[in-house]
Amino acid sequence: MTSKSNPAMMLCTPFHSRVAAACELNAWGTWKGYTTPRAYTDVELEYFAIRSTTGVFDLSPMNKYRVTGTDAEAYLNRMVTRDVSKIRLGRVGYTVWCNDAGQVMDDGTIFHLGENDYRVCAFARAIDWMHWSALGFDVEIVDESDEVAALAVQGPTSCAALLAMGLDGLEQLKPFGLMTFPFEGTTLTVSRTGFTGDLGYELWVSPDKAELLWDRLFAAGKPHIIKPFGSDALEMARIEAGFLQAGVDFVPAESAVRNGRSRSPFELGLAWLVDMDKPVFNGRKALLREQAEGSRYRFALLDVDGNKPAQHSFILREGKKVGTVTSAAWCPTAKTNVAFAQLEMPHGKVGEELVAEIYYQRELQWTRVLAPCRVIDAPVFNPARRRATPPGDF
Amino acid sequence: MTDTYDVILVGAGHNGLVCAGYLAKAGRKVLVLEANDSPGGAAATREFAPGYFVSACAQWLYQLHPRVSRELELERHGLQWAAKNIPSVLLDEGGRHLTQLGGHIAGDQLASEDIAAYRAFHDRTGKYVKLLAKLFEARPPKLVESNFADRLVLARLGLGLKLLGRDDMSDLMRNILNNMYDLMEENFDSPQLKALLSLDSVLGSHMGPRTPNTVFSYLYRRVGEAFGYTGVAQVKGGMGALGEALAGAARARGVKLRLGTRVSAIELFNGRAGGVTLASGEQLRAAVVVSGADPVTTLEKLVGYRNMETGMARRVSQIRCRGSVAKLHLALDGLPRFTMLEDEQFGQRLVIAPDMNYIERAFNPVKYGEYSAAPALDISIPTVHDPATAPAGKHVLSVIVQFAPYAPAGGWDEHRERFTRLVIDCIGRYAPGIQDQVVASQLLTPADLEREYGMTGGHWHHGELSMDQVMMMRPFPGATQYASGIDGLYLCSAGAHPGGGLMGLAGRNAAREIIKRGAAA
Repeated sequence: MTSKSNPAMMLCTPFHSRVAAACELNAWGTWKGYTTPRAYTDVELEYFAIRSTTGVFDLSPMNKYRVTGTDAEAYLNRMVTRDVSKIRLGRVGYTVWCNDAGQVMDDGTIFHLGENDYRVCAFARAIDWMHWSALGFDVEIVDESDEVAALAVQGPTSCAALLAMGLDGLEQLKPFGLMTFPFEGTTLTVSRTGFTGDLGYELWVSPDKAELLWDRLFAAGKPHIIKPFGSDALEMARIEAGFLQAGVDFVPAESAVRNGRSRSPFELGLAWLVDMDKPVFNGRKALLREQAEGSRYRFALLDVDGNKPAQHSFILREGKKVGTVTSAAWCPTAKTNVAFAQLEMPHGKVGEELVAEIYYQRELQWTRVLAPCRVIDAPVFNPARRRATPPGDF
Repeated sequence: MTDTYDVILVGAGHNGLVCAGYLAKAGRKVLVLEANDSPGGAAATREFAPGYFVSACAQWLYQLHPRVSRELELERHGLQWAAKNIPSVLLDEGGRHLTQLGGHIAGDQLASEDIAAYRAFHDRTGKYVKLLAKLFEARPPKLVESNFADRLVLARLGLGLKLLGRDDMSDLMRNILNNMYDLMEENFDSPQLKALLSLDSVLGSHMGPRTPNTVFSYLYRRVGEAFGYTGVAQVKGGMGALGEALAGAARARGVKLRLGTRVSAIELFNGRAGGVTLASGEQLRAAVVVSGADPVTTLEKLVGYRNMETGMARRVSQIRCRGSVAKLHLALDGLPRFTMLEDEQFGQRLVIAPDMNYIERAFNPVKYGEYSAAPALDISIPTVHDPATAPAGKHVLSVIVQFAPYAPAGGWDEHRERFTRLVIDCIGRYAPGIQDQVVASQLLTPADLEREYGMTGGHWHHGELSMDQVMMMRPFPGATQYASGIDGLYLCSAGAHPGGGLMGLAGRNAAREIIKRGAAA
């Protein structure tokens, strides 16, 4: 990335000039060494841009690894838990990957860009692991995190905004599909993906065209009420949509220091991503054992009574601690108080009634609430517009 | 092939044959597949020049476990000794040689203090050797799983340490990770004595006397003493006779041995080893596959990294197995004239390594793929005790050349002749005129040893015998107690606990473990 460093020594994304201009609150956070906004103007308004119009998020700091070569598919199939051969050309797949102990190292997406050509987007730095995993495979792995700038364009009017920018035919793009468009002498790649659970797209472009892309997008999106949003609004949206955040809802296995702090995909409710029919993939042996012997924990989505987010709460059953909350938020659209919990087995079956022990503070006074909650079977926000192709004209 | 086997064993090296023999004895139907045309692996005799035969890889026998020998009735199957209890002679250019056998040393240049100090040193370290020997005779304990048998082994080790007494225990603890150079400096004055003992600590390894861990490898070298050896021994007919005896013992127990049959892959079925594919394309199936090949060959080449999980591939790829030793065989038209060597000493182990710095300097260049002009040498003239291995009146001189690089710049073809000449000239300083006695020669570089005997890196022990690669960490963490990390595939070679040295214990322990696991193996 052609990034300039600011005096605080943080890296700047290729969109920084535009982001900084829009960031009225100067509420900066950090993401993998990059300075990124937690909020631009108002967290709630940014959240409602995602849900009601179009929100734009700079996800350039995302780790991106290009995997090419005759063994690219076989290589990825051994590395991740799902069957990569089912991610067809021009498609994107969400997956997790494990270490040999069957513990989740990270989750991410695999873009099938071309014949023997993939891009892996990952939360955690993975270049060393990807190189180790390449032993015995004819693949080339390039860290292109700095060579690709990216924007998430999310919300009901996002398709309309992008069509207005000139991305003809985008309305035909199905969820998890990929399209490319010529853009100022380079290629703009668009995937119908995102982290908000809404209709939305992610735009991938060369860093030297980043500012131009931002300007075109915001100009075209103006009638569609386009707004940048920061990580705080994203946090609300992803919890509402039921998406796990690496480093928050699980500790990436290879960075966990303490024994037993990492989790298997089964313990994170991600069994659907694990294809045990593959003869070999990282973690398979341990996961077979876990299937036979039982998991230690279960991931549960909780619907918590009241409107106090059950942030960091203990989860109790008959007064006894049976788990903890990893993420929690009041979800404005679903009007539900949602929490993600890690519960000790056998707790966490759908319908189980539990209690969240919530602490909150008002003007220096701490209050403890014992909020009843129950395990629900699906995320509280999952609109039809997320899947409809072509998307509705909002 | 319509025959079915319980176990397919890859490689008829000595440990493979030992393992096969024990498995067959326990009623398993075993097929052993060997790429070479003769059994024994590094226990080999080859004709390197017309009429001249030599122990082509392993030169001396000093660790073969007596139980292996007895239980497999190796002497009944043809194992004969040409000589036993062979002393070592550290050659001196001026003829003032030092001789050593067990706790005894003698030499003109030795002070009486050194003789006494050596006696005490030998006795004390002999106790450590016994402790080590006990550990070698069983599978290595795992530390994390609380298995009763493993706890017993650890308890015995603890007790053994305790029984050494406070002084010896603290001495062992202090020195086990130490380097030989410092230990020698601490104990002795004689440069010859220090050099002779420290050469024992580096033979076959990629270490110099100053390398940490060499005290451990010195004790390892001496473990044969606990098995009844004093000095080294020589097998009649060359080391290949041991290979033949082991093969005979295995066959007598029902093992089927196919020579000249190279395995190209170990096949997995749903993640479990279940057979092999031969270089000919033939496929064979068995419930259990055992590999006598080194762990890197087994897992990288035969199983393939892509068939195992990343963490395991990574560990296998990091096994240190850099062989830095060459073998030189000379066909001589007569007995070499070593200066001031007594007649009976010609059949002994002759060592050229004047002092510890000489050995360290010989080691330095191999780190960079180069070689020293003055290597340390471990010489045998096997025809003294076993004249039948050369034409009448002729002799064979076999040299372990410590050190030689695996891949010198430009490749070995560029260096082969120069290196051979260099070693011969080096011997010539102690045996003037030997250059003119050489009828033929053969140099086996680490790369040749790798090719001939299938040992990755040409490493004698199938992986360095260093503290991070022994016991439960041999060959690598996650594969121990003869398991390979792949279900249904076991390791029985020197790459597994306790290590190499024609000891036979890796093969025996592996067989016992497989038998113990029964149907679960």
